[in-house]
Amino acid sequence: MMFISPSELKRRGILGMNRRNLDYIGRHNARHLFPLVDNKIKTKRLAREYGVPTPTLRHVIETQHSIRDLGEQLKGLDGFAIKPAKGSGGKGIMVIRKVTDGVFVKGSGQTVDLDDLKRHCSNILAGLHSLAGSPDSAIIEDLIDPDPYFKDLSVEGVPDIRVIIFRGIPIMAMLRLSTHASDGKANLHQGAIGVGLDLATGHCVHAVQYSNRVLTHPDTGVTLDRIAIPDWENLLTLAASCHDLAGLGYLGADLVVDQERGPLLLELNARPGLAIQVANGEGLLPRLQRVETLERVSKDAGERAGFAMTHFARQPARSTA
Amino acid sequence: MKQKTVFYSFMALLIVVGLSLLWLRYEQLGIPLMPETQVRVWLVEARIEFSATGDETLVNLSLPENPPGFRLLSEQAASPGYGFARISSADRRRGEWSKREAQGTQNLYYKAQFAPTKERDSRQPAAGEPPEPRQVLWEEPEATAASDLLSAAFRSSSTEASLTRELIKTINKGEADQNASLLLDGRSPEQLLVRLLNQADVPARLAMGLKLEDARRNQSLTPLVDVFVDGQWQIFDRGPEGYEGVPEDVLVWHRADGPVLKVMGGTNSQVRFSMIRQTVPALGLAHSQSDGRGLSRFSLYQLPIEEQGMLKLLLLLPIGALVVAFMRIIVGIQTSGTFMPVLIALAFIQTTLVPGLVAFLTIVGLGLVLRGYLSRLNLLLVARIATLIVLVVLLTALLSVFGHELGIDLGMTITFFPMIIIAWTIERMSILWEEEGAWEVLIQGGGSLVVAIIAFAAMQLPLVTHLTFNFPEVHLIILALILLTGQYTGYKVSELYRFRVMGDD
Repeated sequence: MMFISPSELKRRGILGMNRRNLDYIGRHNARHLFPLVDNKIKTKRLAREYGVPTPTLRHVIETQHSIRDLGEQLKGLDGFAIKPAKGSGGKGIMVIRKVTDGVFVKGSGQTVDLDDLKRHCSNILAGLHSLAGSPDSAIIEDLIDPDPYFKDLSVEGVPDIRVIIFRGIPIMAMLRLSTHASDGKANLHQGAIGVGLDLATGHCVHAVQYSNRVLTHPDTGVTLDRIAIPDWENLLTLAASCHDLAGLGYLGADLVVDQERGPLLLELNARPGLAIQVANGEGLLPRLQRVETLERVSKDAGERAGFAMTHFARQPARSTA
Repeated sequence: MKQKTVFYSFMALLIVVGLSLLWLRYEQLGIPLMPETQVRVWLVEARIEFSATGDETLVNLSLPENPPGFRLLSEQAASPGYGFARISSADRRRGEWSKREAQGTQNLYYKAQFAPTKERDSRQPAAGEPPEPRQVLWEEPEATAASDLLSAAFRSSSTEASLTRELIKTINKGEADQNASLLLDGRSPEQLLVRLLNQADVPARLAMGLKLEDARRNQSLTPLVDVFVDGQWQIFDRGPEGYEGVPEDVLVWHRADGPVLKVMGGTNSQVRFSMIRQTVPALGLAHSQSDGRGLSRFSLYQLPIEEQGMLKLLLLLPIGALVVAFMRIIVGIQTSGTFMPVLIALAFIQTTLVPGLVAFLTIVGLGLVLRGYLSRLNLLLVARIATLIVLVVLLTALLSVFGHELGIDLGMTITFFPMIIIAWTIERMSILWEEEGAWEVLIQGGGSLVVAIIAFAAMQLPLVTHLTFNFPEVHLIILALILLTGQYTGYKVSELYRFRVMGDD
């Protein structure tokens, strides 16, 4: 089947791009709050205020001439990630896994030298990866040391968990696993695997690659059905508390689980994508409308996560499935 | 909910205002809705012929003024050696030819163009004092016949107009009515009617009209009955029912007291008419008549031609914007740079599609190759794009030279593209290539081109260019449509494909 009829999409509660932009982003996300999430430096500052853990920030490069000192700054760092502060969708992120004798090994195994890194920083500052091409800053962060449970799940990149949060209540979640096809990136349209998660338990409910249902990871062979995120309640509470620091009504939070530090906030997104519906095999609309009917929402992140766990639990599999 | 109602009523208001202005402009200024609309006009030539006696010559011809059902578009008099002047007074317009000495047969010409209008009201107020009925004298036995006929008509009528109609009916009987047939001996029905009306104390006179038939020559004027009814002159058609008004194919040429033609210093004078039907573009006609009153003050024809040309192109931009809004919001085609397709489409309008497409693809393709080389140099972004601009300009120059050698005018077409936009396009495409792969470049680049071609197709439709320029209020409607797409919360067509797997369980 090439196309699906609009009435069928509606019946399944699929949220479309136009509706998302008008009814959710437009209505619940105040414009002046966007810079808080579009700029990772500001997000990190806020996260510290609210006690939300994030990957450790090492350096910020704000001017072209300070790129000269990059070599100095990187001394002593074993692995790090260079990111544009205003980047989106994983654009412009360079992950250096290992440094040996001035040779930097990228996440993919490719090697680059200091000049390459400097050029990368210079591009970032000129706004190549930023939204609308505006001038930007580059940030250098510590690498995440993923929890061993996640290490075996994907190749190259670190698996992250995207949670959609509406009025502070987690609505839907998915785990993103990079593949060879996605070149270590966690973008679904580039070939990463999206694993839909049951909000009640953190167990896998559905998994897709390129919009098609998959049962195992094509590179690692892991059976995706068995995935269950450890310490799920904590993670969901952390996601719910992201609403407090950003103040946005409709929000996407990308979380990772670090071996030592536990769940970390990677970045926030004021315009989270719609692919999460495909990964879950379910539409966002019924859940969004459920939350819209609430007259007041608890101020406590833990209670909100609890609401999600009770109300948005995956229904037992349909008998026809 | 209330906000929505306000919004939709505002949109409805915009559309209604746009449509009514459009209708007004069409109705009042006669600007055609279709670009190729032709209007048929009549070219009438009056030829005055007379034998001059060798003295001072003065020829005076009645000229039509506001003939009912027609509009005078242009007029000219051509007669070698004669001075010509138009003399207007309250109720008449006359042309006067003069010459100090003239001998032998003389021919004078007057040409005028008339466009038919819907304004067919033939009433004309009296100039100055209301006219007095003329005195009518009959000899027996005509006097008895006339008073018989009149009193019969008088009994079966109540007003001046109905009296006129009754008289027309009786006269139309001709032979069947004894009185009428007696009175018609040696008179035309019109002359008889005028005499009878004047006798009944209703002022009446003969007007002269020209029956219009295509490609006729040597025609003379036909008489019409002009009756003073209810304080205004009113022409009566001598058809079977005798209704008020002028037949559709009759141009009222002369409508005042006095003769049609007066010649001093000449004999055997006569005036003959020839006429042909012409078609002229309705638009040109409307232009020539825009006179800065009312709505036409807000038309663009008032501007210098150069600015009109520029505006013509500029006023197409909203169409492009509408196409982009539609394609992105409702169809869901991805484009690189939101309105880049509109700029490309504008360039296509000047280059025409195929050469423009070839030029655009060539320049972007070559640019991408060069950009691949540039990425090896360590350059700051702004410097890199500046370099690209220089390279794009140089490439254009090179292509022009090569193209000229080969006899292809490719280079010139490239100059219509916005160079800086092209440089940015190349840069974005190249980054996209590095980050997302060639497939994404194809999707976004192809999407941009498809949208550009659709915008181009819409913008160069004759109807669209015609409406956007001649009816600027169309833009209110376009504005409303764009605002409406901004409220569309339904699925995009592309999402029906994207979420196709949601259907199977």
